[in-house]
Amino acid sequence: MNLILTIAWTHVRYRARQTLVAILGVMTGVGFSIMMAAMMEGSQDDFIKTLVDALPHISVTDELRQPTRQPAEMTYAAAEFHGLTPEVRRPGIKNPFATIASLQTWVPGALTPSVQSKAVLRFAGRNLTVSIIGIDPRTEADVSNLATHMRQGTLKSLYRSSNAILLGDRLANKIGARVNSNITLASAEGATMSATVVGTFHSGFRATDETTGYVLLKTAQILEKQTGIVNEIRVRTSDPMQARLISERIGEQTGYKSISWQEAQEDLLSAITLRNVLMYTIVGAILLVASFGTYNIISTITHEKTRDIAILKSLGFRDRTIRTIFIVEALLVGLVGAALGWVLGYLLTRGLASLEFKTPFSDYNHLPVLYSAKHYLLATGVALLSSLVAGYFPARAAARLHPVDIIRGAT
Amino acid sequence: MSAALIEARQVTKILSGIVPVTLVADINLTIMPKEFIAITGPSGSGKSSLLYLLGLLDLPTSGDVLIDGVSTTRMAEGERAEVRLSRLGFVFQFHFLLPEFSITENVALPMRALGRLSPRAITARAEELLASLGLGDHRHKTPDQLSGGQRQRVAVARALANDPPVILADEPTGSLDSAATTQVFGILRDLVTLRGKTVVAVTHDLNLAAQMHRRIRIVDGRLAGDEQVTASDVPS
Repeated sequence: MNLILTIAWTHVRYRARQTLVAILGVMTGVGFSIMMAAMMEGSQDDFIKTLVDALPHISVTDELRQPTRQPAEMTYAAAEFHGLTPEVRRPGIKNPFATIASLQTWVPGALTPSVQSKAVLRFAGRNLTVSIIGIDPRTEADVSNLATHMRQGTLKSLYRSSNAILLGDRLANKIGARVNSNITLASAEGATMSATVVGTFHSGFRATDETTGYVLLKTAQILEKQTGIVNEIRVRTSDPMQARLISERIGEQTGYKSISWQEAQEDLLSAITLRNVLMYTIVGAILLVASFGTYNIISTITHEKTRDIAILKSLGFRDRTIRTIFIVEALLVGLVGAALGWVLGYLLTRGLASLEFKTPFSDYNHLPVLYSAKHYLLATGVALLSSLVAGYFPARAAARLHPVDIIRGAT
Repeated sequence: MSAALIEARQVTKILSGIVPVTLVADINLTIMPKEFIAITGPSGSGKSSLLYLLGLLDLPTSGDVLIDGVSTTRMAEGERAEVRLSRLGFVFQFHFLLPEFSITENVALPMRALGRLSPRAITARAEELLASLGLGDHRHKTPDQLSGGQRQRVAVARALANDPPVILADEPTGSLDSAATTQVFGILRDLVTLRGKTVVAVTHDLNLAAQMHRRIRIVDGRLAGDEQVTASDVPS
């Protein structure tokens, strides 16, 4: 074995109890870091996946990015007008099916038209404001997971009766409606209609399941009192991460407001970033605390070994060699601690994944965790780095010892 | 080029502080091959300080120490360490062996640090050295399993590990009983007479000094005497 390694190994081996405590410190730090990272990133990935699955990747609505210019403004560029009655713009996307056909030529993914509407739902004496979404069941499955979220009935059940509606299961439970129940919808435009519940769905998002109903495009158009209206085009891209770029291009091409899921959930994603910063700070702090143990053991060994250091130096060992011996000792502690930390981290993650949780926001049965080599390597890297730093300062002090001072002291 | 192994030229060592202390002042000394030298003097006279300066363990405040004719004061720490490792061997009053290692491993340390021999050759030489000093049967033992005299013999074996021409010994028998003193002193003498080494030993034992070939006396850090005696004058 290499001389430096031999001496380093002998030192740590002969301080078994102190070394073990230091190793346990690093092990705990690495283990809990891995567990925390697995838990945080697991829940984040799961959350984003649910978010991406539940919502369209891109939503193109009939709102314009820039407010419509009034006729007088277009005629007189240098003049400013006040008190004019603004021109009323007909809601909805112009030529929606031509627009969809045009986008389909280059957008990687699927598109579907829909109508977003608000209505008051009346049933059994209860009035609830709900979001009504008019969809095309033939293309809906291509852009959302609604088909897989169905608890009762299918998307095609919407064809079963003239004014059919699919309700979120929480909404149905709230009002006591069941399949084949007849409800009344009253829109903001003044349209009132009876509708038959033909199915229920469960998306996992409480807000959606409590306030949303799906109807056919045609039914929603009646509620909006506007035949042929389509006020939203929903897009599912092949790669969800490309949604922001594609959304910008769609916005430029159509002039309509096009929002990617990232833009729509910007606050949440910012919160996730903040959470990650917090997580890595805590993980770093854990490993830093663990490194104090390493510093302690290396510092103790160097203090105990001052005489040996003097001997080695008098024999002709260089300062660099002495320094390396103690740094290697710290790295040995870090390495063994990290290796054991991997095992602990894996077991903790497994244990955490087996626990059952229930949150008011979603229906996770188990805490989602992510097993990633990145977490193990990152924790090991930080542990080794902190061991290196923890070992460096006592090692440097050891290398600087003047052998004559120690030999004189001993004699 | 000088044939001297070690040469001290106007060597002075002053410890800085509020009141500077002169340990060694203006020493001129030449140490030739196969010499058996005693450095004597009262306690605190600067004997050990001179030895540390000659052994490159300490840097002089002024003057120069030449090893094999090469000035060492301007050498980098690494170069001085290399000279210590290959050209000088040290024996101290206390054995200063590493307690966790076997005595064979202790003797092997300087050879491993120098890295000129294969691991097998290093072990063979360490065992051979121990055997030549009557410790062949103890080679697997650790220092705490040996007597004081035996430990000091291991320290001598370690000093000889890289076959240096000079052994510097600081009170090598200072912590030993009379029997062990006789034994260790005999070994040091044999190093000169049988192996052709130069031994420079600091000692306050005038009886031992009387048996050595050259006696250098230090008083208040200065050279107070340098007496060369012929082999026939030395009591056996």
